This record gives sequence, C-alpha cells and structure tokens, in this order.
Amino acid sequence: MSDWVEACAAGDIDEEDVMRFDHAGRTYAIYRSPEDEYYATDGLCSHEKVHLADGLVMDDIIECPKHNGRFNYKTGDARGAPVCVNLKTYPVKVDAGKVLIQLG
Amino acid sequence: MAWRYGEVEASHGRGAALPRAVRQVLMEDSAMTAITSPAPSGRDYSLTGRDAKRAVENGLSAAQWYHTEIPRKQMKELMQRSDQPAIRDTIIWLGALILSGAGGAWFWGSWWCVPFFFVYGTLYGSSTDSRWHECGHGTAFRTQWMNDAVYQLACFMIMRNPVTWRWSHTRHHTDTIIVGRDPEIAVMRPPDLLRVVLNFFGVLDAWHAMTDMVRNAAGVISAAEQTFIPEQEQPKAIRIARIWLAIYVATIALALYLHSWLPLMLVGLPRLYGAWHHVMTGLLQHGGLADNVIDHRLNSRTVYMNPISRFIYWNMNYHVEHHMFPMVPYHALPKLHELIKHDLPAPTPSILAGYREMIPAFLRQLRNEDYFLKRELPPTAKPYREELHNDNPVAAAAE
Repeated sequence: MSDWVEACAAGDIDEEDVMRFDHAGRTYAIYRSPEDEYYATDGLCSHEKVHLADGLVMDDIIECPKHNGRFNYKTGDARGAPVCVNLKTYPVKVDAGKVLIQLG
Repeated sequence: MAWRYGEVEASHGRGAALPRAVRQVLMEDSAMTAITSPAPSGRDYSLTGRDAKRAVENGLSAAQWYHTEIPRKQMKELMQRSDQPAIRDTIIWLGALILSGAGGAWFWGSWWCVPFFFVYGTLYGSSTDSRWHECGHGTAFRTQWMNDAVYQLACFMIMRNPVTWRWSHTRHHTDTIIVGRDPEIAVMRPPDLLRVVLNFFGVLDAWHAMTDMVRNAAGVISAAEQTFIPEQEQPKAIRIARIWLAIYVATIALALYLHSWLPLMLVGLPRLYGAWHHVMTGLLQHGGLADNVIDHRLNSRTVYMNPISRFIYWNMNYHVEHHMFPMVPYHALPKLHELIKHDLPAPTPSILAGYREMIPAFLRQLRNEDYFLKRELPPTAKPYREELHNDNPVAAAAE
C-alpha cells in the first residue's frame, strides 16, 4: 500500500503553481500551495481530459486551461460547471527535498 | 483516425445565423424555414445529425488544437486574475446604464429620449454579450461571486439562459466551428443573409430566446440541448426560465397598467434596439473563415477596434488569442496579442476592413458554400499540421 514514488524536487515547483508528472502510463498534477504545502491529483481534467498542469493555481483552486473548470486541488472537489466529477487526490510528502506521492 | 482537411471540408452543408440550440427548434418549424432559409446545402449542422457523428469518428471533435508556445512564467503572468479592472469597468457600465435609462425615461414622449435609449440599448443589448462571455469563463473578476453576479445579470439582459449557454459555450471552445458539433456557429453555409440582417435588430434571436424560455419554463429540454447540457444541470435551466418568465410577465403587466411602452423600453426591448453592436462585432469572430479545422488561426479573426467598441466588447476583438488561451482575462489580451502576433495571421485593421472581406465571402458562399477566406500565416509562424496550411483540393476554393 505504501508505494511512494518520487515525483520531483521540492524546488521544481513555484509557490502557488502546478507541475505535470507522468508515471507508469498515467499523468498526475503536483501542486505547491501558497502555504508551501504540496498536493497531488489526477493530471487530467475530469471534464475533457485536458492537462491541468497548464492551468492556473489560485489559492486552493486549480483552473483548467481549456474551459476554466475549477477544482479544489486539496480535496479534489469540483467547484461548478463545466466540471461535475471530482478529481482523485493522492497523499504527498516531502523527504530530503524530494516530493513523493503515494500511488499504491 | 486519419483525416484530411480537404476531405472533411468537402462533405457538409446547411446554414443559418443563430446559435445551434435555437436553430434546432427553428429548423423544425417548416413555415419559418421556408421564409428565411437559403438553398439546401451539403453541410448538416444539426447537433444530432450526420456531420456530428462524422466529426466524432474522424477526430475533429475534442481534437488537440494548435497553441503558440509561451513560457510557463509568462503564461502565468498573463493568466493572473484581478478584480480591479472589471470592478472599474462594471461601475462605468452600470452607471452609464442607469443614467441613460433614467434619461430615456425622463424624456419619454419627446425626441430627446432617442439618444438616451440609443446608449441604454447598446449597453443593455450589446455590452451584455461580452459580460456574459467573460464572466461565464470566470476570468473577468478574480472573485468568483462577482463573476457569477454579473453573469446572471448579463444573461438576463442578453436573453441567454445561463445554464444552457454556459454549456453551449463550453462546446464552442471544444469544437470551434466544427460542423455538427459547435452550437454557436453564427453564420452557417450557405449564409442566410436575411437572418443576419434581422439579427442586427435582435429579431430572430429574441424571438427564439422567448420561445426557448417558455419551452424551458414548461419543463422541456430540447434534444439539441440535451446533447451538451448534463442531466443534473437541466433542472437549473428550467428554474431560471421560470424566474425570467415571471419577470417578463410582470413587466408586460406594468406596461398594460400604465398604458405605456416605457417599462418594455427598459426591460426586454433593448435586446432588440440595442443588439446592433454585438452582432456587428460578433460576426467578425469567425465569419467567412474556414470550418472544420483545428487551428484557431485559420477559423478566428483578430480585429483592431476603437476604444469604445473595445469597452463594449471587452477586448474580444482579440479573438484568435482568446480561443487559443481562454484562461487569459480580457484586460490582458492586448498584451497576449503583442506576445504571439508573430505566430498569427495579420490582424484585420478595422471593423470596416473586416466587413470588406467578410461580405464578399458571404456572397460568394451563396454560390459555392465551400468557399472561405484562407488565412495566410506569417513566415515566422509554426504550422501545427501541414495539411491545415498548404494548398489542397478545398483550399483551392478559397482562391
């Protein structure tokens, strides 16, 4: 169950920003919040499968670059049209300057 | 999934000048169709028709569209939201709306009311098009409730159900000017020019908005609407339609009680007498350009406009830029334009220049619906797919 995978270095992501991470044929989005905390969700918008890493992070919201659908990246909650399906979230920890996400 | 622009282009037909959700109803009304429709064509614009299925099968729907490359750092700066520009513009907009409406009411009964209602109508029946649009994207304000509030108000004034049109516009961005998929193709091929002219006065748009509102208020979601509005959202569209119907009934009752047109001059009719500006600018967005391409540089038009039109239109004259990067707020579009114009066709220098190229194209499409204005990319541009830019059997129709 504790399948921790190294995604990137902590410094690779700016504060209040997002980065794409591909692993084992799947794509994820890694977030760094304004409070300097890290989060991870599925990488594609649940609406039309667009990469969220091209979107905009505002506080605890990630906005999809295609149709401006919004999710809370900390909880995965969809925040209204055109997104209706929540994002899957993944546990994240920072260890020795590396961002690890639990995919197991 | 292999497809060629020319093969797809050569295989469609049928046109009109209203958003799809509206048109779908119109096409079921044989009497109205007989009055306004041009000769039948090979394109099937129905959202449930042949070309809709074909677009999905051949990969035109939900395709990967071309984007000019912009470094992430610059893109983040462009996407940043701010309340300040939209609050300033909204105060000016609502202030001008209230003052001009009050002036029109004050001078009601004399010719002095005409200039006031001209301003009021343009603000009510045209600037609401861009407010609906920008706030629907959620980019005008940083604070979401402000986007929602202006969106609801603008939707009422422009007579677009806020639920239906949010979803139709989502599809428009997914499948821009893809025949059978885009519900917001303003001018179909061959162009129905009578309809285009009537819409400068909002005639058909308002008529269909009203019939759609009554139909939705009765609890009916059309087959076309069901193709792009998720089931869980449909009750919201019905609830809004019922609220609006109550407002219009109350306005008409007040007009009857007062024996005066004034209440309707302030609520409802401005959608007709003030529609001219949003139709004038809106036709330029895609009119006469290619359909069934997956590169906004080929099917959208950026037009340089005067400051007043840009205020009314909230910078949507930078339309290629908007479609390529819908995350960028209206107030940052001029900056985005400067950044990527090396990769775009030359902008149209004015509204007049836009009509000078678009009207002859519409007239030519009456004889040959496959004709379109072929956009020339600058030498520095990076073509996304060669077959979208090089001459091919259909591109020849553009010459």
